[in-house]
Amino acid sequence: MSALLEVQGVTVRFGGLTALSEVSAAIGSGEVVGVIGPNGAGKTTLFNVICGFTRPTEGRLSWRGNVLRRHQPRHLTSLGIARTLQGLGLFPHLSVLDNVMVGATRHSRAWVGSGLLALPRSDGDERQLRDRSLRQLDELGVADAAGRLPAQLPYGVQKRVALARALVAEPQLLLLDEPASGLSSEEMRDLASLIRGVRDRMSVLLVEHHMDLVMEVCDRIVVLDFGRCIATGTPDEVRDDPQVLEAYLGEQVDADTTEVSGA
Amino acid sequence: MFRFLNLTLNGVSLGMIYAAVALALVMIWRATRIVNFAQGGMLMFTTFIAWDLAQRHHINYWVALAVAVGAGLVIGAVAERLLVRPVENGPPLNAVIVTLGLLIFLQALAGMIWGNAQAHSYSPAYSIVGYSAGDRTLLFSPNDVYIVTAVLIVVVVLYLLFQRTSLGLQMRAAAFSPEVARLLGVRVGRLLTLGWAIAAALGALAGILAAGTQTGYVQTVGPFDALLVYGFTAAVIGGLDSPIGAVIGGLLLGIVLSYADSYVSNNIQTMYAFLILIAVLMVRPNGLFSRSAARRV
Repeated sequence: MSALLEVQGVTVRFGGLTALSEVSAAIGSGEVVGVIGPNGAGKTTLFNVICGFTRPTEGRLSWRGNVLRRHQPRHLTSLGIARTLQGLGLFPHLSVLDNVMVGATRHSRAWVGSGLLALPRSDGDERQLRDRSLRQLDELGVADAAGRLPAQLPYGVQKRVALARALVAEPQLLLLDEPASGLSSEEMRDLASLIRGVRDRMSVLLVEHHMDLVMEVCDRIVVLDFGRCIATGTPDEVRDDPQVLEAYLGEQVDADTTEVSGA
Repeated sequence: MFRFLNLTLNGVSLGMIYAAVALALVMIWRATRIVNFAQGGMLMFTTFIAWDLAQRHHINYWVALAVAVGAGLVIGAVAERLLVRPVENGPPLNAVIVTLGLLIFLQALAGMIWGNAQAHSYSPAYSIVGYSAGDRTLLFSPNDVYIVTAVLIVVVVLYLLFQRTSLGLQMRAAAFSPEVARLLGVRVGRLLTLGWAIAAALGALAGILAAGTQTGYVQTVGPFDALLVYGFTAAVIGGLDSPIGAVIGGLLLGIVLSYADSYVSNNIQTMYAFLILIAVLMVRPNGLFSRSAARRV
């Protein structure tokens, strides 16, 4: 299996602080990879490097075997990478359907020419975009919210809308930044089955601190600690890795799993 | 009563021109949160181009109009790309100063090319002899019908563009949250350029429509500055953020100014605009059609 996205020896220094130190990781197609680690371990920095927000001091990224140079956030969609934002980032004045349609613009062939001059001709394209967005909302069970404004909806529904907006671009890689934050345990179970449901269409990179979610949905887990990658492997391997147990997971996994089985 | 009807009709015709200018200002405000004070200069310049073609070289009215609108597109795009983009992320005052600078530059440039002193006339597209109702003549001519229709068509086309096409959706998304839009693959920079281009083209149309309403309208400084003041007033009455508000604000302003001109005095026209503005802002500080009070300026 060739890697879709490869992170090779990435080091990020902010002044004297080393946020990431020679981290390497790979995401194969159809794989769900989780990045975990205690606060300050470098999860967000790694995420930002992949998104192009942060330029690595050393090391490189490659996408389908090609090294990404001058990588920037606005290039993500054209590469086939979609992401969700921690703060949702829905457009407050646009309806839910419009919000999702903006996410699908990568597939809109209509550009200034047809959009501006030949309004009727872009109609078919327009309808396709709308249908596709509606289907995506429907798939996430929030189609009935299509005409509403985001602020009128509960947080869990807003999160689904944000997810629908990322999914509708039909990316090859979906980047999820703490998708479980603020969700109830029931919503988190839905999220887990959702992530498992999309893996036949795309790869997923998940940065998350809810251990039970990560353990449940990921094929492989990358454990960061103080900017270093201390373990990589399947959930079971990571769970039993003495270094991980020692450095970070030990009590916390136990605590979390008891909490979940208790709930 | 007949006088009242005539003044109303005249006000509608003028109001549509103000509405077009207001709409151009609102489009730029929504896209970049900048009040484009150069709008008056831009539309003055494009009107002079059309005047040069139509009046001096006797080129067809519609060809001259098309050239002016095309020139508007170019001037708008170039202004955004070269002048506004560099100051976009600075304090709002920087952008204001840049647009004022562009206004003065365009006025000076037009003065160098076409001369500063003269007031020129622009032949309207259609007859300005009013329709007759019985034995009396209405203050509403075929040219007024043309003005109202032309602006209405543009308004409808812009509405369809913004509400019904994905390009318009992207423009709205880019205006509301450029950062998020950029992450979703929307090419925000291009859309801003496009927004300025469309606004300047709309201004070009308004300038030519206005030029035909009055003899000696075409001057480098003067009437077009007043047109900017009226357009700005109309935009603020409408809430500055609302395209529909801009159109209604323009109509309202046109009609009230028409009454005031005739019933009170026609010597202090610009002052009425400010009186209306103050009155509206006292009652509705955010304009008649503003969505919310939250605004970053």
